[in-house]
Amino acid sequence: MSARLQIENLGKSYAAPHGRVCALEAVSLAVQAGEFVAVRGPSGCGKTTLLLAAGALLQPTHGRVLVNGQDLYALAPERRARFRAAHIGFVFQQFHLVPYLDVLDNILSPALALKTSDPVRSRAAELACRFGLQDRLRHVPAALSTGERQRVALARALLNRPRLLLADEPTGNLDAHNGELVLRCLAEFARDGGSVLLVTHEARAEKSATRVVQMEAGRIQ
Amino acid sequence: MKLSHLIRREILHRKLGFALATVSAAVAVAGLVAARAMLQKHDARTEQIITAREAQTRAQMARMEDDYRKMMLKMGFNVLILPKDQNLGDLYAEDYASKYMPEEYATRLARSRVVTINHILPSLQQKIQWPEYARTVLLMGVRGEVYVQNARQQPLLAPVAAGTMVLGHELAKNLKLEAGQQTKLMGREFTVARINPERGNKDDITVWINLAEAQSLLDKPGLINGILALDCTCDTLDRLARIRPEIARILPDTQIVEYASQALARAEARQRAATEAQASLQREKEGRTRLRQEREALAAVLVPVITAGSGVWLGLLALANVRERRDEIGILRALGLRSRQILLIFLGKAVVIGLAGAGLGYALGRGLGMWWRETPDAAAPTLGFWDVHLLALVLVAAPLLAALASWLPALIAAQQDPADVLREA
Ligand SMILES: Nc1ncnc2c1ncn2[C@@H]1O[C@H](COP(=O)(O)OP(=O)(O)OP(=O)(O)O)[C@@H](O)[C@H]1O
Ligand SMILES: [Mg+2]
Repeated sequence: MSARLQIENLGKSYAAPHGRVCALEAVSLAVQAGEFVAVRGPSGCGKTTLLLAAGALLQPTHGRVLVNGQDLYALAPERRARFRAAHIGFVFQQFHLVPYLDVLDNILSPALALKTSDPVRSRAAELACRFGLQDRLRHVPAALSTGERQRVALARALLNRPRLLLADEPTGNLDAHNGELVLRCLAEFARDGGSVLLVTHEARAEKSATRVVQMEAGRIQ
Repeated sequence: MKLSHLIRREILHRKLGFALATVSAAVAVAGLVAARAMLQKHDARTEQIITAREAQTRAQMARMEDDYRKMMLKMGFNVLILPKDQNLGDLYAEDYASKYMPEEYATRLARSRVVTINHILPSLQQKIQWPEYARTVLLMGVRGEVYVQNARQQPLLAPVAAGTMVLGHELAKNLKLEAGQQTKLMGREFTVARINPERGNKDDITVWINLAEAQSLLDKPGLINGILALDCTCDTLDRLARIRPEIARILPDTQIVEYASQALARAEARQRAATEAQASLQREKEGRTRLRQEREALAAVLVPVITAGSGVWLGLLALANVRERRDEIGILRALGLRSRQILLIFLGKAVVIGLAGAGLGYALGRGLGMWWRETPDAAAPTLGFWDVHLLALVLVAAPLLAALASWLPALIAAQQDPADVLREA
């Protein structure tokens, strides 16, 4: 059986004013169903690059990324976007909520990308409840605390029932309590058979993860 | 959730930007609508002016024709048939003919159905001393018209009934006679039937009485000394050449003179006036056409300039909107929205802006057009608020313009690499 997320010999270099900057060098990594993998490394070691490439958002220079056995970059851009909507959820340090949509609509926004027979509204309301947002449904992000914002982002990431969650410093802007909450949620997701790839430079994520991988200068140690 | 919901929320969130864009689209629409309203008003005004001028010209022509008809009656645009041996010098010196011919000539002329003559008026006239007033007058016995065509023909000259007389203006004034009064002429009783208006010629000292009575008073039973033959067909100026041989054939011992050719001159003058009226109407029309062309040319420059300016402004606003929404575009792409959907979000917004701008601009432009008037007079044409075709046009054109102006910014948004924003910590 193939892994949920299979990264093979992944390389990425960026064009820069003075030659190319190599952000990833031959990274290989597999995340299985039920696994919560934390990638730790110093700033600038290529964590975000790895995450975006794994999330079908950044075309690698070489190597492959397979999600549920599907080679992401073998797909045409439109199909890749659809695949992303259906199989991958994202959580970012900056939350990236849509500023003019209220909590409920933000949680619902992934439904724009997919036509599902799912009763998405009730599912969104359910998710909001699960993250303790039931009283904030009609509030826009600007009216929320940072912890609440990250919970909205988490609920949004889960709307389309992806089996893979990619999280980039999801606790970076949160206090200890809210950070804990997010990590617990990710661990729970993994326990229920999902897969989590989290990248961070903080140590606190490690105790929630099932596996910790060290990264240094574009390479997995 | 649908894209339309997203578009609506975004518009409500950034009201100022939307308002600016809408006003910009509205300005372009208003320019077009106002220009069109102005031209519509111009056309209505032209119609008004031309109709009034035409009515005026028509009335003028009718008055002229009526004058002309009366003139022919008074002075005769006509020929005078005289006994052959009448000396014309005597006629002009004395104001009446001294030779006579049978009254029956008039009937004969009428019966012969002379096609070029429409009215035949036999008369017996003589300059006499009105014994009762010791005054020289022109006595004219008339019997009305001897019909040429049929009895229903419009009479040019009302007959004077027996026992009545019609007086010339100066004569009545001088003798202090008024209509209805009784008076005597050569011992016979007459009632003054009517006083003719002043004509400034010998008519003013003429007494018209019934022909039979005149024959009896002047002792000329069954005789007349002139037949006025009036031709109302008025088709050629050289009609004398046509009438003369015809009459000579029927009444061999008569002669024909053209009578009162000043009437012709006046008719010609009137004709010239009519022509001039037509020409001035034509000039008015041409002037209006020229003015319309000028206004059209102005609109043809202004409307595209305003539209282009509005388009550029709309494009810049859309670009600013795209830049402002970089982060949002990035996350929507990460969530799986396709670049075509991002394009639709921006074009959809442009269409909404266009529709709102069309509505607002139509109201503004039409309002302006309704308020504008060429002249401050109250009779200036008014314009209704609704021009369904124009409204339909701007409701299609303005969204198109807005979408076109936003095309490049929308394309930039659709092509934006989501990784760029998502990498930023
Ligand atoms: N667009 C780009 N052009 C050039 N170089 C880039 C670009 N994006 C990233 N890099 C470089 O690639 C390397 C990896 O960047 P990346 O953002 O993946 O690091 P990171 O591990 O996520 O850092 P941090 O912990 O600070 O978020 C860095 O050296 C960075 O400067
Ligand atoms: Mg990073």
